[in-house]
Amino acid sequence: MKELRLVVDPIRCDAYGHCAELLPELIELDDWGYPILRDDEVPRHLRGDARKAVASCPRLALSLERARAKSKA
Amino acid sequence: MDAVAVRRLLPTSEPLGWRDYGARYGSLPFADAGLLDEVEASGLTGRGGAGFPTAQKLRAVREGRRPVVVANGTEGEPASWKDKTLLRLNPHLVIDGALLAAELVGARRVVLAVGRHGAEQVRIARALAARPDGGAVELATVPERFVVGEESALVHWINGGEAKPTGRRSRPYQRGVDGRPTLVQNVETLANLALVARYGADWFRRDETVLATVGGAVRRPGVVEVPLGVPFPELFSRAGGVTEPVQAYLVGGYFGRWLPAQDTLRLTGEMGARVVVALPARSCGLVESARVVAYMAQQSAKQCGPCLFGLQALAESFATIARAEPEAAEAVARLERLERRIRGRGACAHPDGALGLAASAVRVFGAELSAHASGRCTAHDHEPVLPTPHVKGGWR
Ligand SMILES: Cc1cc2nc3c(=O)[nH]c(=O)nc-3n(C[C@H](O)[C@H](O)[C@H](O)COP(=O)(O)O)c2cc1C
Ligand code: SF4
Ligand code: SF4
Repeated sequence: MKELRLVVDPIRCDAYGHCAELLPELIELDDWGYPILRDDEVPRHLRGDARKAVASCPRLALSLERARAKSKA
Repeated sequence: MDAVAVRRLLPTSEPLGWRDYGARYGSLPFADAGLLDEVEASGLTGRGGAGFPTAQKLRAVREGRRPVVVANGTEGEPASWKDKTLLRLNPHLVIDGALLAAELVGARRVVLAVGRHGAEQVRIARALAARPDGGAVELATVPERFVVGEESALVHWINGGEAKPTGRRSRPYQRGVDGRPTLVQNVETLANLALVARYGADWFRRDETVLATVGGAVRRPGVVEVPLGVPFPELFSRAGGVTEPVQAYLVGGYFGRWLPAQDTLRLTGEMGARVVVALPARSCGLVESARVVAYMAQQSAKQCGPCLFGLQALAESFATIARAEPEAAEAVARLERLERRIRGRGACAHPDGALGLAASAVRVFGAELSAHASGRCTAHDHEPVLPTPHVKGGWR
């Protein structure tokens, strides 16, 4: 199964914060309102919410990417 | 022969003109497929700071359609002079390297990018005009700011945009100048490429040299060519020797770190663009660091929140500490959290570079940090050691 990963483009992001509201399980905001990903890997049950968060980012700064195979250390 | 005296990149103390250059180095061989293997065997790595293997970059760009070559001579770091010095004293070695790289990867467009120092531009333009193949190289004169030399910023500027980084998703080696695969290579790297082409990998590996900018408490601050791995005492003796007791070295410039002077050190490939500044014992490492962090905050391209606001907050905390203000102890306590809030969250390495310097200051100047936290600075004078010029002008 393909893993999905959340990615923030820090140049586009303008700290609107919609994403943290829609996906609090994975995204928190820093002191200045910019998103910090608690975990960039998106678990199955949150995929729908993650897609919503991506779609509602007014700056198109948030995206979902197919994760490259994580190397197990 | 004294190994310290090997001079490959800077053989003369006066600029080497086209004719004398030819007499000294001989003509440039053609770039064939064998040269790529030779570069690989030489182990040549990038001299712009990151130390990436050059052969690997050449191969990656070569696979693309009609690539572009950019020679990066912008050197926005104010404590570094090695690229400006190389371009002034031996411009033809750099130009040879750029043309050779273009031949190797199949590029038609070659851009040599330098900062807008009046005299420097004119000198390089003259060097290009003096050679029969000089017309193949475009000279680009870019705004003088710290982040302009970051490869995506440089590419964006050449494409007509502002000289700000464009982020990790548009890698120049895939999509750069004119949307084509672009080889961005530091000018010192290219000069070395021209040496490998002439004299081969074995020669290159014997006494491999690097350029270093030595500053601070030395008799002759400036650029020296030294063997990779040279012990610090020899490095400083090349700069005329230290002039007074030294407490720490700033190694690797404003992306680098402080190291205590009692450490036994050698100049290695991991030391960024090899800026080494000797901090006098009478100075305050925290005051110096605070000035550099403030400069780095001001030099942010101010596109990414964690870089813009994070470096600002870091600079404010450091200023409070440097001035040994009543809130200094709280500011010290804030540093670690701030660091976690910033690290890895910019679109380029600028904020992480500044963080590295700040974190090393906390480690190396620990005793001074406690003094400042209790309202005292033990330094005798606060005359600036590290340059933090005020930069005017825009991004075009
Ligand atoms: C903020 C920032 C500033 C940079 N400034 C320069 C510079 O002035 N000159 C340079 O050659 N590389 C600079 N670099 C590194 C370039 O992005 C790039 O890695 C380098 O030019 C590649 O050449 P090399 O492989 O020959 O070292 C900078 C990187 C960053 C993140
Ligand atoms: S919604 Fe988009 S712009 Fe707003 S904070 Fe999240 S990523 Fe940034
Ligand atoms: S991290 Fe800072 S310097 Fe780099 S692109 Fe973002 S704002 Fe600009």
